[in-house]
Amino acid sequence: MAGIERRGEGGHGPEGGHGGRGAFAGHPAAAARFVADDARAHWHDQALWWVRQKRDKASADVPEWERLRELAQAIKGHTLSRLADYLAEFERNATAAGARVHWARDAAEHNAVVHAILAERGVTRLVKSKSMLTEECGLNPYLEARGIEVVDTDLGERIVQLREEPPSHIVFPAIHLKRQDIGVTFHEKLGTAEGASDPKYLTEAARGHLRQRFLGAQAGMTGVNFAVADTGAFVVCTNEGNADMGTSLPPIHIACMGLEKIVPRVEDLGVFLRLLARSATGQPVTTYSTHFLGPRRDGELHVVIVDNGRSGLLRSQALRRSLACIRCGACMNTCPVFRRTGGYSYGVAVPGPIGSILAPARDPRAHATLPFASSLCGSCSDVCPVRIDIHSELLVLRGQVVEAGGLPAGKRLAMRLAGWIFRSPGRYALAGRLARWALRALPRRVLYSKANAWGRQRELPAPPGETFRDWYRRTTGRA
Amino acid sequence: MPTVGLFVPCFVDQLQPRVGVATLRLLQRHGVKVEFPPEQTCCGQPMANSGCRAEAAPLAERFLRIFSRYDHVVAPSGSCVSMVRHHYDGFLAGRDGFDRLKANTFELCEYLHDVVGVREAGARFPRVVGLHRACHGLRELRLGSGSERRVPPFDKVKTLLDSVEGIRVVEPARPDECCGFGGTFAVNEEAVSCMMGKDKLADLAQAGAEVVTSADGSCLMHLEGLARRAGSKLEFMHVAEVLLGER
Amino acid sequence: MRWPDPVARFAEMIAAVGGLALRVPDLAAADRALRELPQARDARRVVSLVPGVGAATVDAAAIADPHALEGVDLAVLPAELAVAENGAVWIEGAALPHRALVVIPEHLALVVRASTIVHDMHEAYAKLDLARRKRFGLFLSGPSKTADIEQALVIGAHGARSCTALVVG
Repeated sequence: MAGIERRGEGGHGPEGGHGGRGAFAGHPAAAARFVADDARAHWHDQALWWVRQKRDKASADVPEWERLRELAQAIKGHTLSRLADYLAEFERNATAAGARVHWARDAAEHNAVVHAILAERGVTRLVKSKSMLTEECGLNPYLEARGIEVVDTDLGERIVQLREEPPSHIVFPAIHLKRQDIGVTFHEKLGTAEGASDPKYLTEAARGHLRQRFLGAQAGMTGVNFAVADTGAFVVCTNEGNADMGTSLPPIHIACMGLEKIVPRVEDLGVFLRLLARSATGQPVTTYSTHFLGPRRDGELHVVIVDNGRSGLLRSQALRRSLACIRCGACMNTCPVFRRTGGYSYGVAVPGPIGSILAPARDPRAHATLPFASSLCGSCSDVCPVRIDIHSELLVLRGQVVEAGGLPAGKRLAMRLAGWIFRSPGRYALAGRLARWALRALPRRVLYSKANAWGRQRELPAPPGETFRDWYRRTTGRA
Repeated sequence: MPTVGLFVPCFVDQLQPRVGVATLRLLQRHGVKVEFPPEQTCCGQPMANSGCRAEAAPLAERFLRIFSRYDHVVAPSGSCVSMVRHHYDGFLAGRDGFDRLKANTFELCEYLHDVVGVREAGARFPRVVGLHRACHGLRELRLGSGSERRVPPFDKVKTLLDSVEGIRVVEPARPDECCGFGGTFAVNEEAVSCMMGKDKLADLAQAGAEVVTSADGSCLMHLEGLARRAGSKLEFMHVAEVLLGER
Repeated sequence: MRWPDPVARFAEMIAAVGGLALRVPDLAAADRALRELPQARDARRVVSLVPGVGAATVDAAAIADPHALEGVDLAVLPAELAVAENGAVWIEGAALPHRALVVIPEHLALVVRASTIVHDMHEAYAKLDLARRKRFGLFLSGPSKTADIEQALVIGAHGARSCTALVVG
């Protein structure tokens, strides 16, 4: 099954890193590089901590916040238990309203379906609002290779597109960039003044530049935040209005959705729209929450429903709750590791805590380091609006990575050895004595050799004179 | 009178025995009958957390055998207790005595607070003590409400600490961010682990802490390791030691 | 969620998201209040879908191609209801000759009847009864905005640079 890759060709195997800087070497190496730029890592951490704080304030405004989370979890759980039925209902109702519904088994099929729709209509200029699914499928390079210009219209997405980089966060694609970085890019690509970095000035320049693209586009593509089974409608949420611009001007609208985006009834949207923006950015709601149902007059509406590994996740008892994800990014903002290492350290389209479930669930060996890129602190699970037990699922995935042979042989051996030692009090006591002796007796340059990862920035614990059990035996006379 | 089986985590036994001693003395001070079964070794958390479930399974079995004879089991570690209460199901579900073991295994502070009903530590410790809220205890055992959830606030560890005579408990600006230990994470992801630890230390120092305390000794091992390397004057004591107070 | 004064809460929330609410007794007063605003005074191309409010110069219904709406300075749109908890209004697709009118004009004025302000989204969905009334529509909360550059909030990303709710009654 195709893995999730960044800017890959429909996900066939890992592409050369980010911006072609070499193959992805796993989270620890990428994270260490990010952390090495101490000032920038702290700046990135502070930026996302601030978003976490905004989320805290917004959720504090809703006294029934925890109840809403429970409701959202229940609605998604129920939906997932009858997913096929709800998908069929959605297709019936969407079709009755005049939409064309397409199905795609995987990333390759998704790209082919989208391309066919565009090619049949002679479309060469497409505008696209944010869709992590299209990132997952590697749609942009696929279409560009076939002569279709794709303009990402979300400001953050456009910035990274102009820089030929992937987004680093699913809600804030350019959060890893400073205004000066963006100023340089806009000067090169949009002709803004050299050295100018004021966000208002740069945003204004983007507004004008993208307005031209909206007006000249022949088709508009959006993601889907929520698809409603009982009416066949779907909702697209943005702050900028780019989804609305992109679908109200060109006559063709293509909406791509993962098959888990279904909710049963319109009124269920009340629960999710109250949770989504507060969790994502700390706003009470996104500026635009647009409910599409059927095409515009004289227009066409296509909905492409994509599997790409989701039904596999559904089959997994331990992992299926992760399909409830509404892509709010709250887990990324609260994660102390994500904040300090950035989205690129994960090497996948959807990074962070939820991404460290979704990618390895598909391919444990290809993404073996991701479930371990976590201290399992559990903060993500407590901010998740749909109450996915993220940190527990990460632990499950660690087991799957080991079973798939994804743990380096040395680590595997060390754990086998440790298990053997701990099974016997005698071996345990001996091993303990040896370890404490080593801490006492070995010269510093041996103890703190390069092999000692603990000792790079930390002192090892000072060995005590006697263990607890020695003390207990000595003072109570009990063996 | 119920007998508590004292569960001393492997790293406490070997590297922080004073924490085990303080735990024992603290429980006894509050009228608890405590026994230490010496056949215990390790709950299996390092193996289970590394995804090596096969290596953890026999340790779970041993644990059940050794501790099922006790009315209650108490450990000075939220992560080890969480292992028993939340992660032993995969190994011991349906086994005789397991449900009872799960229901009666407690972290030290929750045991004192909930079961013994302690509200006064009955000790003196006139220092400025920075509280580090260890993650497993906080979010898996719910020793406190946590900063993420919108529930009525509570904090069992802080309640106990606040009752110590002369103490001033201070909190970091980020009240419950992870310190970065995370078990093998500390070594596998050494760079970010240390950045997290240093940030935590800076936050606690900024809050005015002289002594850093936590209900989990593994967090303290990591933080103290960083502090000693940096030449910091911060002191590190487990909550059990603080609640015992000065001699 | 319930507020003792949902109209006041709506005004507070729309301001919090970068918009503005003006309370007026009737449509005539709404029109007068609108004309005082700089975005209305300076507007040359104005669309109004609310008779009596705004000095309309463009008949949107007579335009066949929405691309021709580029350059509209101000659009006055009817809100079917509004939501106190988040400063959003519901704009019904059937009321719009072109969907582009919610996003292409430089400025928006929304005419909201105070009696249609509900407390929260659950109430809004209950009132809208979208399952029966199957059509395009959207919740619109304040002006277009982005914080994609260093988290600095900038109003007026692609859509309206300002959003004024004229709360009538």
